[in-house]
Amino acid sequence: MTELSAHLPQFQHGQLTENFPDNHLSNTNDNSERRRHDNSERRRNDNPGSETNGQPQNNIQQVVDQDEEEDEELTLKYGANIYTPFTEETDTIGQRALNSILNAAIMISVIIVMTILLVVLYKYRCYKVIHGWLIISSLLLLFFFSFIYLGEVFKTYNVAMDYITVALIIWNFGVVGMICIHWKGPLRLQQAYLIMISALMALVFIKYLPEWTAWLILAVISVYDLVAVLCPKGPLRMLVETAQERNETLFPALIYSSTMVWLVNMAEEDPEGQRKASKNSTYDKQAPANQPQNEDAEADDGGFSQEWQQQRDNRIGPIESTPESRAAVQALPSNSQTSEDPEERGVKLGLGDFIFYSVLVGKASATASGDWNTTLACFVAILIGLCLTLLLLAIFKKALPALPISITFGLVFYFATDNLVQPFMDQLAFHQFYI
Amino acid sequence: MTLAVFFGCTFIAFGPAFSLFLFTIARDPLRIIILIAGAFFWLVSLLLSSLIWFIAVKASDPRDEPLQKGLLIFGVMFSVLLQEAFRFLYYKLLRKAIEGLVALSEDGCSPISIQQMAYVAGVGFGLMSGAFSMINLLADALGPGTVGIHGDSQLYFLTSAFMTMVLIFLHTFWGILFFHGCENRHWWEILAVVVMHLAVSGSTFFNPLYIGSLVPSYVLMAIAAVWAYMLSGGSVQNLRRFLLCAQSGASPQPAS
Repeated sequence: MTELSAHLPQFQHGQLTENFPDNHLSNTNDNSERRRHDNSERRRNDNPGSETNGQPQNNIQQVVDQDEEEDEELTLKYGANIYTPFTEETDTIGQRALNSILNAAIMISVIIVMTILLVVLYKYRCYKVIHGWLIISSLLLLFFFSFIYLGEVFKTYNVAMDYITVALIIWNFGVVGMICIHWKGPLRLQQAYLIMISALMALVFIKYLPEWTAWLILAVISVYDLVAVLCPKGPLRMLVETAQERNETLFPALIYSSTMVWLVNMAEEDPEGQRKASKNSTYDKQAPANQPQNEDAEADDGGFSQEWQQQRDNRIGPIESTPESRAAVQALPSNSQTSEDPEERGVKLGLGDFIFYSVLVGKASATASGDWNTTLACFVAILIGLCLTLLLLAIFKKALPALPISITFGLVFYFATDNLVQPFMDQLAFHQFYI
Repeated sequence: MTLAVFFGCTFIAFGPAFSLFLFTIARDPLRIIILIAGAFFWLVSLLLSSLIWFIAVKASDPRDEPLQKGLLIFGVMFSVLLQEAFRFLYYKLLRKAIEGLVALSEDGCSPISIQQMAYVAGVGFGLMSGAFSMINLLADALGPGTVGIHGDSQLYFLTSAFMTMVLIFLHTFWGILFFHGCENRHWWEILAVVVMHLAVSGSTFFNPLYIGSLVPSYVLMAIAAVWAYMLSGGSVQNLRRFLLCAQSGASPQPAS
């Protein structure tokens, strides 16, 4: 469960009051506002004769630190408030519904505009702009957001930490992440980093989106995904088609792939392979298969030992690889190669899908009264939605939206489990009945 | 309470199931998909049965205690029947899936047999059932508190963990029995599974008299285990050969 706001005892006029953390995330916004209110009160009451701590300097230092911290949180909150300016703390339900619809509309239109901008940039080959944009956004995620997250974790578990260690940790984490995502790295590490930045982005959404707005955004974005990928003029469909026409892969920072990208490796293997093969051919020409005479060629036999050469010659006859034969082979259409290409057998999933799955499960765990049951139900529902989507992918063999089925199942199961299953399981656990 | 109870109960309840998962299911993605789909079917059955219970409760008087308990018992029985119905639906789906897998495969035979699917489906049902029963308890066990301070049983967490473990095993064996019965049209096996499930759930009505619920459940689990082992091709000779191999440490005998 994500407990995102710090749970700090507050000193108020010498008395200890505590902000009890309940699992309803709408209170994180309340908590930060309450903390700000308390701080401003304390500042007014802070005089040398104050009896709160008996140590005026410490008090001022505490206030200053908390001012800095609330400034940071304020900037983030106001940053988020640009996207969701309509508050959900209203008097009537109708007003709250209207506000959340407007918030969701604003977020969705921002997403639509950004997607169209990305597609336009891609179509007109402004690759540098796109790469710059991606690098800046992954820098932001890998360094700034993970720093904030680490700070919150330390605050929650009351771990004392110095800035130097944190700087080292964040620096290493961020740099390795940038290298893995934008350049080359082990597949598992790249997958892990993509998952981590999706989770960080989802945490940002969970923390700063008000409740009804978040659910509405999830519902609307799965409809948008359906439209954007399947309609002929949809931006995502145009993006995928343009990439296929130009025979390029989409940007690695936006796609999670389950297998290695082989194109990069194959392009580099060729010059080395040619060098090795040419050394082998000189070896074959100079010496008969039985007697190795060429000492330096044997030292660099390309990994093929003498016995292997003999066996191969015995089985299929002496073969000499000449540049002409190699050129002829490479000129053959490589149909069989692409059908065995591991990249084609693997599956690619957009990172936006990861983010919204995580938002759903995260909100389920944070705001549900059923706690773990609801989280588990949403988790299984999303997985089943993904299985169905992959099944459809195997049948239709074209780019499909991954959000609609999963998010629909997830939302249905969230509300059903929270309202129907939870009371039932509660009663069963109370009497210790088992079904 | 706290960490000792949490870890103890977690390992009691989920240890065997988790090791089953790790050694037999985790390597093969197809089995993982079947597991998750099995969990999903159990979840849907729970959803429908709690919907019925919810409607019944809302339509009745909330202050009438015996009526509420009676409705709960009815809910439990109905849920058991619905779970078995969904097991049957899952069997139908997996039969269709085998035909699809055969069509997709290169050599015309399915990469997984219906018996393996039966086992994995049983584990899926069991894991989801156990998770839903146990996870909130475990989360509460992490925090401070005293069990049974108001006069209830002090063994609440332990017995819940043991009950969860036996239920996970039972679901696994029932999966094998049920699918075998459906495959070969042995209606008595299907009936036996339903009756056993009703009996196990019914025995939990004796809680907190744990002798009345845990002992029959474990006995039924032993019976179901032996039956499922026999149906899967096991026999006394197989068992003896397996045990002798392990004891003598000699080179493994050729498989029968």
